[in-house]
Amino acid sequence: MKGFARTKRPRQRLFVNARLIDPSTNQDMIGDLLVEKGKIVRTGKDLPRDNLRQKTKIIDCRGKVLSPGLVDARVFIGEPGGEHRETIKSAGKAAAAGGVTTMIMMPDTTPVIDDVALVEFVRQTANEKSRVRVKPTAALSRGLSGTEMTEFGLLKDAGAVAFTDGRKTVSSAMMMRRALTYAGDFDGLIMAATRDESLGSGVMNAGLNATRMGLTGIPREAEIIPLERDLRLVNMTGGRYHASTLSTSDSVDAVAVAKDKGLDVSAGVAVANLALNDNDIGSYRTFFRVSPPLRGEDDRRAMIEGVRNGTLDLICSNHDPQDVDTKRHPFAEAADGAVGLETLLAASLRLYHSNDVPLMRVLHCLSTAPARRLGIEGGSLEPGSPADLILFDPDEPWVLSEDELHSRSKNTPFESGRFQGRVLKTFVGGRTVFSRKS
Amino acid sequence: MTRSKHPSPKQETQAPAFQKKPFQLKHLLGIEGLSPQDITFLLDRADEMVAISRQTEKKRHLLSGRTQINLFFENSTRTQSSFEIAGKRLGMDVVNMDVQTSSVKKGETLMDTALTLNAMQPDLLVVRHHAAGAAELLAQKMGCSVINAGDGAHEHPTQALLDALTIRRQKGQIEGLTVAVCGDIAHSRVARSNIHLLNAMGAQVRVIAPSTLLPSGIEDLGVTAYRSMEKGLPGCDVIMMLRLQVERMAGAFVPSFREYYRFFGLNAARVALANDDAIVMHPAPMNRGVEIASDIADGVQSVIFEQVEMGVAVRMAVMESLQIPAEEIFA
Repeated sequence: MKGFARTKRPRQRLFVNARLIDPSTNQDMIGDLLVEKGKIVRTGKDLPRDNLRQKTKIIDCRGKVLSPGLVDARVFIGEPGGEHRETIKSAGKAAAAGGVTTMIMMPDTTPVIDDVALVEFVRQTANEKSRVRVKPTAALSRGLSGTEMTEFGLLKDAGAVAFTDGRKTVSSAMMMRRALTYAGDFDGLIMAATRDESLGSGVMNAGLNATRMGLTGIPREAEIIPLERDLRLVNMTGGRYHASTLSTSDSVDAVAVAKDKGLDVSAGVAVANLALNDNDIGSYRTFFRVSPPLRGEDDRRAMIEGVRNGTLDLICSNHDPQDVDTKRHPFAEAADGAVGLETLLAASLRLYHSNDVPLMRVLHCLSTAPARRLGIEGGSLEPGSPADLILFDPDEPWVLSEDELHSRSKNTPFESGRFQGRVLKTFVGGRTVFSRKS
Repeated sequence: MTRSKHPSPKQETQAPAFQKKPFQLKHLLGIEGLSPQDITFLLDRADEMVAISRQTEKKRHLLSGRTQINLFFENSTRTQSSFEIAGKRLGMDVVNMDVQTSSVKKGETLMDTALTLNAMQPDLLVVRHHAAGAAELLAQKMGCSVINAGDGAHEHPTQALLDALTIRRQKGQIEGLTVAVCGDIAHSRVARSNIHLLNAMGAQVRVIAPSTLLPSGIEDLGVTAYRSMEKGLPGCDVIMMLRLQVERMAGAFVPSFREYYRFFGLNAARVALANDDAIVMHPAPMNRGVEIASDIADGVQSVIFEQVEMGVAVRMAVMESLQIPAEEIFA
C-alpha cells in the first residue's frame, strides 16, 4: 500500500493557504477551505479558526492548487471477468494516484453490465473495495448486441448514470433512434463512441504512416459518418447524447453545428488524442494502439482548439487496461487500449503548459463538465459539494516510470513521458485516499 | 564509428567525403532507412555470389557451423527454398520450422515462439509473417540476426534487393531509370520495399493501379500514381508487375478477373508503350492471364527467371553481411 494513507475521516478539516481553483464558479484565489462530514462547508480568505472543533486537522497547502477531484467519464475496468487486467480495487488505487475521485465505469465487462443485479454488484464492490467513487454506466443494448434495449428505467433507478455500448458502436440506426427516444422518457443520457464497423476495421489512422507501415487505416470518415447519423437522430428524437471520444476536426465541426441548433449534445475527447499523434506509434508500438486511433497533427490541433473554445466539453482518460496477452502481439493483432487514470491530469496539463488552453478550462473539462453532464455530485468547491478534492502542483516536473503505476496493467503510451504537474494528495469525501511520498 | 579500410569498388568512384562507414546492420527488417551505400554494398556482394552460384562447386564455408532457422508463418515454398539454398551455400545448417503443424497452431504467441527459438541459439532467423511489424517484434526478442522475408503489407527487403540486382545487371545502373510498379500496391510489401529502394537509388518511381488498390498517402512516399496502364507506361525502363491475390479479386477491391485483366493486365500492346528496351519483372508466382499475359511472361523482355537466380545471390550477400563485419569480408 505504498503511497497511500487511508485514515479515519476527521469530522473537520481545514485547508489553509491553498490556491483554490473552482471551475464551477470560475474562481481562482488564494484562500482556505473548510470540510465537515465529508462536505465542503466554506471557502474564503483567512477563514476564522477560533470556533473550530478541537480535533480539526489543519492542512497547509503551501500555495499549491486545491481543486475539485477529477471525474473521468470513460473508464474500462476488468471486473467482473477480466480481473487479471484490472479490478475495481486496483483501478481505484490508480484513480486516487491520478487525482480521479469519480470513475464513470464502462459496461464492457464479462458479463456485460446490462442488468440491475450487475449495476448493484459494481456499486457494492466499489463501496467495499475502491478508494474513489465509481459510477457505473449500463449497456445500451443487452450483451452489447446492438439489437435489444436494456431496461433503462430500472437501471437508472439502480444507479446507472448513462447508457452506452462502450467500445462498440451501435450499427443499427433504428436501434439508436429507439434508444434515444426511450431514454428521453427517463432523462437518460446516451453515450456513444462512433466508429463504423466496416469502414473503421483498420488498426491505425489512415494516412502516410499506415501506408508506410503496411497497416490498414481507419479513415476519419469512419468516425464522422456514424456521428453525423447520431446527431441527426438526436435532432429527430430530442434525446440526450454524449459523443464519448472524438478524434477528428470534422467531428468537432459536426458537434458545433448540433450545439448551434440547440440539441442536447455534448462531446468528449480522450487525452491521448490531445497529447499524441500517429507519428508516436514509431515502430509498431502497440501501447499506442488505441480507439479512436491517434490521428495526424492537424486533427490533434483541432481537438485542442475544440477543448479551448468549448465545443468539446470534457476530457477523459479512456482508461483501458490491457495485459501482455493482448498487447504483446504484432500491431495488427494487438488489442486497442491504454491505461490513463494516472496520467490524465498530467497529460491534460500539457495543454496549459503549451499555452493552448487556460488552466481553469482544463480543470473544467476534467471535473465540473463531466459531473454536470452525468448529473452527479462533485466538480465544484461550492459549499454543500462533496469534499472530493485534489491538491496538486501544476508545475512540478516528473518522468513517468511504468513501475510506479498502480494500475494492474502497464500499457501506458506515456512510458518515460515527461510531464509538468503532479497530484500530491487526493481526497474523497474529505478522507485522504492518496498522498504522495516526497 | 570505424571507417572502412577496404571500400567496395563502387565506393572508390565517389568523392572521399562520401566514404561511408562499412555496412554494419544486425538485422535486415526493411529497406526503409538503408543508405544508398548500404544498398550498393549488398548489391556488389551479391554480384560475387552470382559468380559463385554459377560454378559447379557452389559451397562456401564462410558461415559454416552457424545455424539458420527459417520460420514461415505463411506458405511460400519458393522464397523459403531460396533462403535455404542461400544459407547452405554459405555452409550454414538450415532448419525449416514447420509452423503449420507446430505449437503455433496450438495458440502459442509469436513472442513465445521467439523466446523458444532463441533458446536454441540460432545465428540467423529468417521470418515471414502475415502481420506487419512481426519481424521487428521478433528482432527485439531474439539474440541473433533476423531477416524479414515479408511481414504483412509492410516490407520484403530481399525481394527489393533482388529486383534491384536484376535491374542493375540489365541496365548498368538504377539511377535515372523510370520504373513502373503495377498492381495491388495497397496490400504489397514488395511494392513498399521497391519504392524505398528505387527512390534511395535515384530512380523515378511510378505506381499504376485501380484506385481501390492504391493506399492513401502513397504519393507522399515519393511516387507518381497512375490509374491507367496507358498513361503510366510510356517512358518506362522497367515494368514491375505485382501479384494480385485471388481472394482480393472477388468483388472486394476489383469486380472480377476479366475486368482487371482488361484494364490492368500486362499484354504485348501495353509493353509496347514502354521504352523499346524495357524489361518486364514479376516477383512470382504469376497469375497468367490475370495480371500478365503468358507470351509476355515468357517473352524476350521478361527477366522473371533471372530474378529467381538473383534471389539466391542477394540472400547469400545479406546473410554474409549480417554475420561477418564488413572489414573482414574484404580482409
